[in-house]
Amino acid sequence: MDVKRALVIGSGPIVIGQSAEFDYSGTQACKALREEGVEVILVNSNPATIQTDRETADVVYIEPLDVPTLKKIIQRERPDALLATMGGQTALNLAIELDKWGVLEQYNVRLIGTGLEAIEKAESREKFNALMEGLGIPILPGFCTKNMKEGLEAAERIGYPVVARPAYTLGGTGGGFASCREELEPILEKGFMLSRSGEVLIEKSALGWGEFEYEVIRDSADNAIVICNMENFDPMGVHTGESIVVAPAQTLSDRDHQMLRDAALKIVRALKIEGGCNVQFYFNQETGQYGVIEVNPRLSRSSALASKATGYPIARVAAKIALGKTLDGIRNPITNTTAAFEPALDYVVTKIPKWPFEKFRGSDRRIGTQMKSTGEAMAIGRTFEESLLKAIRGLDLKEPKIEKPEEHLFPPTDLRIFAILEAFRRGAGVEEIRAKTRINPWFLGKVRKITEMEKKVAAGGLKADLLREAKRMGFSDAQVGRLVGKKEKEVREFRKENGIIPAYKIVDSCAGEFEAITPYFYSTYEDENEAVGGEGKKILVIGSGPIRIGQGIEFDYCCSQAAMALRRMGLRSIMVNNNPETMSTDFDSSDRLYFEPLTFEDVMNIVENEGPEGVIVQLGGQTSINLAEGLVENGVNVLGTGVEGIDIAEDREKFRALCGKFGIRQPLNATATGKEGALKAASEIGYPVVVRPSYVIAGRGMQIVFSPEEMEKFIGQAVDVSENRPVLIDKYLDNAFECEVDAVSDSENTYIGGIMEHVEFAGVHSGDANISIPSLNLSEKMLGKIRETTRLLARELGVKGFVNIQYAVRGGELFMIEANPRASRTVPFLSKATGVPLVEMAVRAMLGEKVENSEPSVTHYAIKGVVFPFLKISGADISLGPEMKSTGETMGLGGDFESAYLKALQASGISLPKGGAVLLSLRKEDREDGVEITRKLAGMGFEIYATPGTGVALTRAANVNVAKRMGEKCEQGEMDVLQLISSGEVQLVVNTPTKSGNSFSDGFKIRRRSIEKGIPCVTNIRTAMEFVKALEKLRGREPEVRRLGEYGG
Amino acid sequence: MGARKAVLRLADGGVFFGEGLGASTRRVGELVFNTSMQGYQEALTDPSYGGQVLTMSYPLIGNYGVNNVDFESPRIWAEGFVVREASESFFHREGARNLDSFLAKYGVPGICGVDTRALVKRIRKHGVLPCSLEVFEGAEKGGDASFEYSSVNFVEKASSKNVERFIPEKAEKMVVVLDLGAKRSIVKELNKRNIGVVSVPWNSTAKEMLAFEPDGILVSNGPGDPAILTNVHSAIRELAGLPMFGICLGHQCIAHAFGGSTSKLKFGHRGSNHPVYDSEKGRVFITTQNHGFAVERVPDEFVVTQVELNDKTVERMRHSSKPIFSVQYHPEASPGPHDACFLFDHFLKAL
Repeated sequence: MDVKRALVIGSGPIVIGQSAEFDYSGTQACKALREEGVEVILVNSNPATIQTDRETADVVYIEPLDVPTLKKIIQRERPDALLATMGGQTALNLAIELDKWGVLEQYNVRLIGTGLEAIEKAESREKFNALMEGLGIPILPGFCTKNMKEGLEAAERIGYPVVARPAYTLGGTGGGFASCREELEPILEKGFMLSRSGEVLIEKSALGWGEFEYEVIRDSADNAIVICNMENFDPMGVHTGESIVVAPAQTLSDRDHQMLRDAALKIVRALKIEGGCNVQFYFNQETGQYGVIEVNPRLSRSSALASKATGYPIARVAAKIALGKTLDGIRNPITNTTAAFEPALDYVVTKIPKWPFEKFRGSDRRIGTQMKSTGEAMAIGRTFEESLLKAIRGLDLKEPKIEKPEEHLFPPTDLRIFAILEAFRRGAGVEEIRAKTRINPWFLGKVRKITEMEKKVAAGGLKADLLREAKRMGFSDAQVGRLVGKKEKEVREFRKENGIIPAYKIVDSCAGEFEAITPYFYSTYEDENEAVGGEGKKILVIGSGPIRIGQGIEFDYCCSQAAMALRRMGLRSIMVNNNPETMSTDFDSSDRLYFEPLTFEDVMNIVENEGPEGVIVQLGGQTSINLAEGLVENGVNVLGTGVEGIDIAEDREKFRALCGKFGIRQPLNATATGKEGALKAASEIGYPVVVRPSYVIAGRGMQIVFSPEEMEKFIGQAVDVSENRPVLIDKYLDNAFECEVDAVSDSENTYIGGIMEHVEFAGVHSGDANISIPSLNLSEKMLGKIRETTRLLARELGVKGFVNIQYAVRGGELFMIEANPRASRTVPFLSKATGVPLVEMAVRAMLGEKVENSEPSVTHYAIKGVVFPFLKISGADISLGPEMKSTGETMGLGGDFESAYLKALQASGISLPKGGAVLLSLRKEDREDGVEITRKLAGMGFEIYATPGTGVALTRAANVNVAKRMGEKCEQGEMDVLQLISSGEVQLVVNTPTKSGNSFSDGFKIRRRSIEKGIPCVTNIRTAMEFVKALEKLRGREPEVRRLGEYGG
Repeated sequence: MGARKAVLRLADGGVFFGEGLGASTRRVGELVFNTSMQGYQEALTDPSYGGQVLTMSYPLIGNYGVNNVDFESPRIWAEGFVVREASESFFHREGARNLDSFLAKYGVPGICGVDTRALVKRIRKHGVLPCSLEVFEGAEKGGDASFEYSSVNFVEKASSKNVERFIPEKAEKMVVVLDLGAKRSIVKELNKRNIGVVSVPWNSTAKEMLAFEPDGILVSNGPGDPAILTNVHSAIRELAGLPMFGICLGHQCIAHAFGGSTSKLKFGHRGSNHPVYDSEKGRVFITTQNHGFAVERVPDEFVVTQVELNDKTVERMRHSSKPIFSVQYHPEASPGPHDACFLFDHFLKAL
């Protein structure tokens, strides 16, 4: 096969079910293709990715991922090949569309890797079932149905319980388990809407059976191997992305395993997969019955996990297979043999999901067939207990108190593992828990052993032998400390005095059989330490752990970039992280990788083993910066901003004093204790205020509070205010512009990475705001003041490396909101927008190099768009506020604001209505703006619908159809507002929530219904205004598509 | 488990302490490692492990217990068993007992809690080496540690003493299996294809075997050094007129019989993930292997058609004119992948 130019499609913004794993696989694929002399054109709308770095591909496009845009890119670049199996379901679906629209044929682009026929056979349930029947491989009885009637009939025929799954969706979106007709109906309704093909599969439920996954690779010569098998701790009924997963499988005999392996290989051969593939099985361990659940004919989250679990670079090998190479002809860089072997593990890997429920009060915490988790932590140990405990510790979570274990056991919630532990502590037996959860007793027995060890340690106290035993089981010092009533520090000292220190083992893919050169380690308490040697000046980079809302791929981007920068500087980079999805945990990214939890103990142990010259904590988000203090106390050289600087920035009193000293204005603010104190402080400051509890119950975070009554309610319901747990109260600046700066400083000079402005008014979390560079509404004078203040603050805080400062601007005045002496979420966006490698600059600054007092000029517009998980988290309100809710970001680029903004929205899934109807439902304050929006929309020929109150206000702009209030009696031909949204007539919903909208309000229902119907719903009046303005300005104009670097040039 | 201690002493001076498993006794043997992640029951009962103390590189052993099905012979052949963790409890629909009681039943000592990865790396560096494994209560008894693997005829012990018949109802062909310590799965694979099996002891003569009027000969796997089995070599030579299939030790004996030679590998191939490249088909198969020796000089009349991808050892050879072929690995799997099972079909066609 002769491929010269290949187009690689990325997976777009991070959403639940599609995360950083595709940056990892896509980047590996790009590297592999270029190694073979292929020119790579990469398209992705997500700027926070290593794959969109100019070093990764020959040509990079940061553009929306849709057919018209891809067609334009293909027209311009004329690739001869398309690789679509590296960008998740997004890329796969786009390849199918491009083929369907004849684009591939028109431009003579060949799809390389697994072909379309295979993809269709794997994804179309009917074709897949027929294929399995032909192969004699069992499947769960099921039917593909096209409407409610067919769906219900199918369920009757199969017999309840059933599982319903929409075809071609991501992460099981819209799927669900139903034990009766009443449960099935709502699932079907949602499912038909979500499925790309309008089909929902109804399948017999295998609830409670074992679930296994096989990661397979096949090449064009029909060689096929299994890279890894994995066993779900949580049996069938819980999506594999929501399950605790263990590799390799633990409870299969060789005969069981070979049966599944044979089936997996048969399937990939029959499908003619060329590349990676994931096969999921159910396995009834009581009868030995098995069958296939589904096949993913592409790289997946599981393949990333399998790569990290085994050390086998699946994406790299799959990319070479796509070029026609065969396994025996691909070099395995680890063992210096070929890629044609099946890894042997000599450790146990456990993956545990990270859920975002604390961000969404009132949301449904049950886990099931639909993904709700945003990320995952992985851990490696020599026993299951050790890897499980390390994985749990890696979640960066305070162990939750479980009052009633049975509430979490079944149906399971995100807290199930903690509930099982608690139940065992209270004396439950394995059989009892098994009966409730159907979890394999082997696993339960191990979990129970952990609680037995807890009891032993609690009874025995701090003794060397017992401590060694507990450490070998994976207990942390802190955990032992809690059991024996000692501080973590005391346990640590005792442990070291007794010579109980971890050994580091290599992940080598071959269980020690060959001399391997992977610098990839994990800790355990055994004899031989393999992480020795490694000369040169070493720098340890602390990663950011599992992806969660507020700490996403952006930080992994920074850490990966730092590792590469350190290598370029001739230093040895050592990475510690525990997120299997990411680039930073590719053992290729750094000189040494420690796959370890990001706790003080685990990091300090690595420091003691390696003796690095310095440790970088400011790139991994809050997780890593939180470690700074403990490390410094233990004499570690933390590079960059000193702990005093960090402390001033984080301590509100000290920060206020600093601002006061230099006449930097802050919104009025106070720290209050007790309900009375909070009420008093708020009334002094004047409502509205932003309230931030320092201790949170039920995950309730920041909120804007408008009145004393609300304050009382807020404090009463959600916040524990006591002397030790104060609330922080800030004046909320109404209608202020918010802007932020990412800068790099050497504590004297400061390079301003860029001054960005939010499209929304202040009050929307910066992670959730659409952000523009250059700024939109700021005068030269104001920009000058921002620069001056930024430089002053960087100097005063002694910033070495990154600082992110957020400002508000109102009435020509500048207010300081906060300063964070660390890399922020916007660093990758800004680097991509300006072309300046800010991370490298920051790393150099941390290591003592000088920084220039300058700033890049930007002659085009770059807008950050955001995506939200509202569809997946049922019961969550989609309105925005000071608490971050988004999972991912996009970037739109253009010569003017409007075109860049529209692209950013488009890339975030806000499709641009060409015509049809718009529904407006606005709070009072927004109705003035609503008039202008309505006028513009009507001018463009849109039909306008409005809720009654809003409608009255808007009639002066245009002819408005007033929808009936919800539940109001409708005449023939009339619809109430929810029916209107469901009817499909409305293309866009603008709903701005009232100040204290709760989940019973009409607005909440309007927003949920739009999300569930897949209709873009804008909840911020500024977003809507700018959106409509941009639509008006660009009407009839085709957005242009350019390479990254061509804009503004 | 629990109170008993165990010690593994290596000939190079290495000492590993751990908890005792199985029988409270002391055994000597050659220390080897296997990288399969499942299949410990099949491995322990594989006669080819005669004379060896087996270390599993995978740390959790015994998770699914031991059943009444997966016996490759009627007993455990390994001299001792070394693991990181032995699962006390197990859960499997076929499970009949746990690992500890299985070892005890067959009088075999085991040790757990050992840094098996360190042990594997030691074997990788220094090669397989003699060791003693003792499980004891109170004080270690110790004893003679001298052990010379190649001086012992393990085949004599592992081979059945009598002729045994395994004839399926619909048998259409008949094969003599020269039992050098054959795994049951070999017989099962033949029977599955309606091939009747007459299994004969290792020291049977060609004449004795021909007396059964077989359609072909299968020379089985087994323990020990192929070079010392000179009577087997000569029997094979005399049987060269018949279709012949050699597996593992059988393959090595065929090499000797036709003028080739074998040599001892540093630490052998033991695992279920060995890639074998077939130069005629241009294909890779993943195979189960368990051998410490390999064919060094290929007999003149033979062509090598498969090699191990990692170290290029001879994996399959066939006679250039006669229907004789042999493989170094285990096409009968058990434990391990079924990629090479088709070789039995191939043999059937030759009959």
